[in-house]
Amino acid sequence: MSALLLLVLSAAEPAPVRVASKAFTESVIVGELVTDLLQRRSLPAEHLRGLGGTRVVWDALVRGDVDVYPEYTGTLSEEIFGGRVRPDALGPALAAAGIELGPSLGFEDGYALGMREDVADRLGIRRISDLRAHPGLRFGFSNEFVDRADGWRALQKAYGLPQSQVNGLDHELAYRGLRAGALDVVDLYSTDPEIQAERLRVLEDDRHHFPEYRAVLLLRADLERRVPGTRAALEALRDRIDAPAMIALNVRARLDRVPEVTVAAEFLRSRLGEATATPGPAPPGLARRILGRLGEHLTLVGVSLGLSLVVAIPLGVLAARRRRVGQAVLAVVGVVQTIPSLALLVLMIPLLGIGTKPAIAALFLYGLLPIVRNTHAGLVGIAPDLRESADALGLPPLFRLLRVELPLASPSILAGVKTSAVIAVGTATLGALVGAGGFGQPILTGIRLADTGLLLEGALPAAALALGVEAAFDGLERAVVPRGLRIRPEEPR
Amino acid sequence: MGDPSEQSRTPAASAAGPVLVLREVSRSFGGVPAVRPVSIEIPRGRTTVLLGESGSGKSTLLRLMAGLLAADSGEILLEGALVTPAGGPALRRRMGFGLQSGGLFPHLTAADNVTLLAQALGRPRSWRARRLEELAALVRLEASVLARWPLELSGGQRQRVSLMRALMLEPAVVLLDEPLGALDPVTRGELQQELLRVFGSLGTTAVLVTHDLQEAAALGDRVALLREGALVQVGPLEMLAAHPADPWVARFLAGWHGGPAR
Repeated sequence: MSALLLLVLSAAEPAPVRVASKAFTESVIVGELVTDLLQRRSLPAEHLRGLGGTRVVWDALVRGDVDVYPEYTGTLSEEIFGGRVRPDALGPALAAAGIELGPSLGFEDGYALGMREDVADRLGIRRISDLRAHPGLRFGFSNEFVDRADGWRALQKAYGLPQSQVNGLDHELAYRGLRAGALDVVDLYSTDPEIQAERLRVLEDDRHHFPEYRAVLLLRADLERRVPGTRAALEALRDRIDAPAMIALNVRARLDRVPEVTVAAEFLRSRLGEATATPGPAPPGLARRILGRLGEHLTLVGVSLGLSLVVAIPLGVLAARRRRVGQAVLAVVGVVQTIPSLALLVLMIPLLGIGTKPAIAALFLYGLLPIVRNTHAGLVGIAPDLRESADALGLPPLFRLLRVELPLASPSILAGVKTSAVIAVGTATLGALVGAGGFGQPILTGIRLADTGLLLEGALPAAALALGVEAAFDGLERAVVPRGLRIRPEEPR
Repeated sequence: MGDPSEQSRTPAASAAGPVLVLREVSRSFGGVPAVRPVSIEIPRGRTTVLLGESGSGKSTLLRLMAGLLAADSGEILLEGALVTPAGGPALRRRMGFGLQSGGLFPHLTAADNVTLLAQALGRPRSWRARRLEELAALVRLEASVLARWPLELSGGQRQRVSLMRALMLEPAVVLLDEPLGALDPVTRGELQQELLRVFGSLGTTAVLVTHDLQEAAALGDRVALLREGALVQVGPLEMLAAHPADPWVARFLAGWHGGPAR
């Protein structure tokens, strides 16, 4: 089964430098800077924008699915090496994983806690340790900060903080909560543009809990050999972006809504004096963008649904034939269904890397349950007199399955396939988290930039596609379900 | 695809003997006996009616004969061959089976229901078409009715199609479970005459289950009377009425006043 998956999913791709960024604006801007710079030096490069959280991007780098991405030294020592590697010993530790510690970019972006200036004044809070006196404060932290080793739990321990009401939410959404007064304290990055724009107070880390978060580039040790000249090109960024410069870039992208790619190009031209090489192709228009994503989205849904069908219908038949095996099969596919889609996607990365493969594999697994369950239910639900009729006729088993049982179960099976398809259309939007493209791409970027227009550019076509898929299946019902099953029984004559 | 047993369907040795022989056949469900040891022979070319009240075990006995249920004890022989559910579908194909509901597959037209098994066994299309035409003429169904879906048929039409399906491959015996049970009285009377005529013209060996005394009288050359899973008495109804084996038989047959009612 997995061999079949791999066979289907293996598509040869050219090998440019694959730059990745994490799913927040600053990382994406740096990713654009790196990509643009390489392209200006005539080195083939592509950018996997906002690929995911630290784990996803780091794993992708170690696996070789990604060649370069911007990281922070504090994240490396605390999160990736779990505190076992001192910040000054990162180079050798990375080298052991086949990763080269590239140039330092010149700014720091550490974790910090922030509050609205007015609220902080009213409560008299200047330092993190002041928070101990206010146990009722509502904390809203980015999900990553809640989960990671150097995040909330370590901070709570270091300062002895009593607050229990801690919500994990998207970093950008946390600012909105703060503005609306629904949250009192959020985690922030020290280069966040909102610190100035929203009049926030950054609380002093009086116990020096947070480590140093110096921005660096990580690259695969074999990159220079594969694409000679990359190391020299990347050196051009060493210490060239100081903190005010980075904040300015963040303000341009996040508050002025200038696309990161433009922000990066401006910076390279004005601050680094990089000549504009060949002007890139004009960005595609709206219709073309939607069509392109539709193609990606339909590929994800179509391939995964096809694989689900091929595997799930025989499993459903097996489940209907053998009660014991059936219970086991239904239990297993049921458990798969309960794995949160995000977790399933991330679990696929070590096995299948990033891009369409892990997304299709996850969608394939999600597609199994409705089809297996409905095939099983359709077969088990065949009326007893029809079952007896088939027994009495003495039809050969395969003929009986193909010509009697499956057609009788076809309305139920088709309903299962329809459910799987609609789920797949929705879940495929998460594929963008692992670089699979589709309508999830603008949704993710839209959330990241708080850009409702961009968000709708992904969400509306995705919703329309789900409706379209449902309508298509209603049409398909006419073609697949035998006509005799669609007749409403008339009054007895 | 063809089954060799289909070609040589009637061993010469047993050509004159009974089609079905049951020896001490019993079956219980969850410890409750449905059929107590029953021995009976089904003679060739005659119609045997299994008669009894509901719960008397007559339908269970029919399913044992058809090989749809496994017997707890005893043996069932179809022209000398042992009938068991484990014995596979080949033997069942030599018996035509009809249900009260008709048991027609709703996703196939009436015609496809009739020819389905022949198709599965690889009988040529022309053969199937010819046979379908013969049977339609025999049970007096029009071609337009055969093109319909089962849910579009009346109860009487459904039973006719079900009968055609049972007769399709010229079975050694036709087993019918309450074939007229779900029909209105007028249709029921019509179809009784139809069955008599069809069985008469084909010389069919038939076993038919009913709880209706009048129907047993009309259709049965012989009646096998069942009570609580046991065979009480077997013979022509007139004989049973004249010489009841016990007072229960006499009481049971008291409702019948001699001769086919219709």
